[in-house]
Amino acid sequence: MTVYAAPGTPGSKVTFKARYENWIGGEWVAPVKGQYFEDITPVTGKPFAEVARGTAEDIELALDAAHKAAPAWGKTSATERAAVLCKIADVIDANVEMLAVAETWDNGKAVRETINADIPLAADHFRYFASAIRAQDGDHAQLDDDTVSYQFHEPLGVVGQIIPWNFPILMAVWKLAPALAAGNAIVLKPAEQTPVSILVLLELIGDILPPGVVNVVNGFGLEAGKPLASSNRIRKIAFTGETTTGRLILQYASANIIPSTVELGGKSPNIFFSDVAQEKDAFYDKAQEGFVLFAFNQGEVCTAPSRALLQKPIYDSFLGDAVTRAKKIIQGNPLDTDTQMGAQASNDQLEKILSYIDIGTKEGARLALGGERADLGGDLTDGYYVQPTIFEGHNKMRLFQEEIFGPVLAVTSFTDYDDAISIANDTIYGLGAGVWSRNGNVAYRAGRDIQAGRVWVNNYHAYPAGAAFGGYKSSGIGRENNKLALGHYQQTKNLLVSYSENKQGFF
Amino acid sequence: MSTPTITAAVTIAGETVPRVELTPVAVDLLRSLWDEHGPLMFHQSGGCCDGSSPMLFMAGEFITSDQDVRLGQFDLAPTGAPSQPLDFWMSAEQFNYWSHTFLTVDVVPGRGSGFSAEAPRGVRFLIRSELMTTVTPFAVPAGTVGVEADAAAPIPA
Repeated sequence: MTVYAAPGTPGSKVTFKARYENWIGGEWVAPVKGQYFEDITPVTGKPFAEVARGTAEDIELALDAAHKAAPAWGKTSATERAAVLCKIADVIDANVEMLAVAETWDNGKAVRETINADIPLAADHFRYFASAIRAQDGDHAQLDDDTVSYQFHEPLGVVGQIIPWNFPILMAVWKLAPALAAGNAIVLKPAEQTPVSILVLLELIGDILPPGVVNVVNGFGLEAGKPLASSNRIRKIAFTGETTTGRLILQYASANIIPSTVELGGKSPNIFFSDVAQEKDAFYDKAQEGFVLFAFNQGEVCTAPSRALLQKPIYDSFLGDAVTRAKKIIQGNPLDTDTQMGAQASNDQLEKILSYIDIGTKEGARLALGGERADLGGDLTDGYYVQPTIFEGHNKMRLFQEEIFGPVLAVTSFTDYDDAISIANDTIYGLGAGVWSRNGNVAYRAGRDIQAGRVWVNNYHAYPAGAAFGGYKSSGIGRENNKLALGHYQQTKNLLVSYSENKQGFF
Repeated sequence: MSTPTITAAVTIAGETVPRVELTPVAVDLLRSLWDEHGPLMFHQSGGCCDGSSPMLFMAGEFITSDQDVRLGQFDLAPTGAPSQPLDFWMSAEQFNYWSHTFLTVDVVPGRGSGFSAEAPRGVRFLIRSELMTTVTPFAVPAGTVGVEADAAAPIPA
């Protein structure tokens, strides 16, 4: 067990600056209007740094820098860009603990997760896209004896990216890595709930990149996000967030006739067929863990398995075992490596979760575990902690239909395969899903029949680089984490070449 | 004089019972934001980080369509003053799962909210919900909601 020293106390792995400006053109630039806002750590509910409150003027400065950098960066070879991405990955690897503590302090998540998942995965995603761009070929076709069609990948130019707060560094990297690999310059706006950790990363990697290739402007959605998303100086806008803002961003993109990829959340079913309980063996233990993963990252994951579907014959016994297991979740100081569940990311997030616990109770759902704010005492007493919560109910309840983004699980039963698929697909979302069965045929068919972009079969919550990630239905448009993402950041140039000496003969 | 609760006028054809209201603190905030930005609108969001929250935009900023339902219209104006209409919208597909609940727009301290206009004030709009006693007064097309029938289904034991 290790308890990392809190930032601002002796021995902390990270020392935050009192104030962070915008990162534009390879240097720190004060916001034009001179305004800042406080970044609050959810661990204690107290502010720990000031961050630039960027506006349209700062977005324009960042776009100026990006447009200045884009032509040369876009002409670099894939070899050069891949080398830059690998250097970034090396620096991240060399600073895992520092970045992990920064991320935990900014977001509230348990440090065991930032150390073992968020930060190492960030490094690996850079390496994956370094490899993917090296391996990407163009295309050609000999259309007839004299005519050849060549297809080239070209960068889009300057792109905008708006990042969520649940994995502040990793979500930024999911978007930065393919965009950089493809040769684009970027203006990125982090979430205002978690603006600092990405700037700590920029302090480390900023001088590896040519000035202006990556620019970060912080601020509120209306003041900084909208001027970026609606600008006619970007060639693409990428967004992860919720449905209404996603639609608004698609509307802005339509006004400029530019592409947009949006990842908009989910209400992912986690289906357990009866045969998982056929033996109380290692696989049963794994399936039980798969159920309890609703509490991973405090439930603040777009793909959180927030609906558990249990087949009737095992409903009582499986749920009983799982509730016992969920009771053992260790909630505590997020900087303690033994802590399994940290703080929710913000006060309004806490309030929203509690409002859903309220409506769940009013709708008649039965509380099997938790259901209240957790007071961890001491310095943590004002932090944003919620007990792991399990409700039993039916799929038409709002608990089952809305993404709560907290450690709140809705459990129901199903009779047979068709019933399971019907309940699983009765949602407006289609981002993630889980299927658990010892029968490979059942697991395969269920995986194919569920309308979701990512179906975990006999596992959950793994996010390896290489496995395409994205939504069906109202969960969005586009795929990340796979070489497919390169296509979201590239133009296709077709050169149609005639090698004939003779005229076409029309005129 | 203290700020009142404001209940939205019914806007769904065939319905007679309001669906949305504002707490007094929400009314005060909305009046202040109206002074700053002019006419406003709500669109209820779903999903992910800042979702499941009502988003406040300048009126017309968010383009609604036949795929949206207007749940009600508030008038923020104090008695006797010129009307300040504010529509509350939700996507039709989301409304299919929300239609059995009465929504109260409240305000809590918070940070961040997509492009919603209140965020720079350090607060967030928050939805609180009550079950509507019946869907009978509502002329909801058959098969689009079905919540009442399903709500009677037993919770698995």
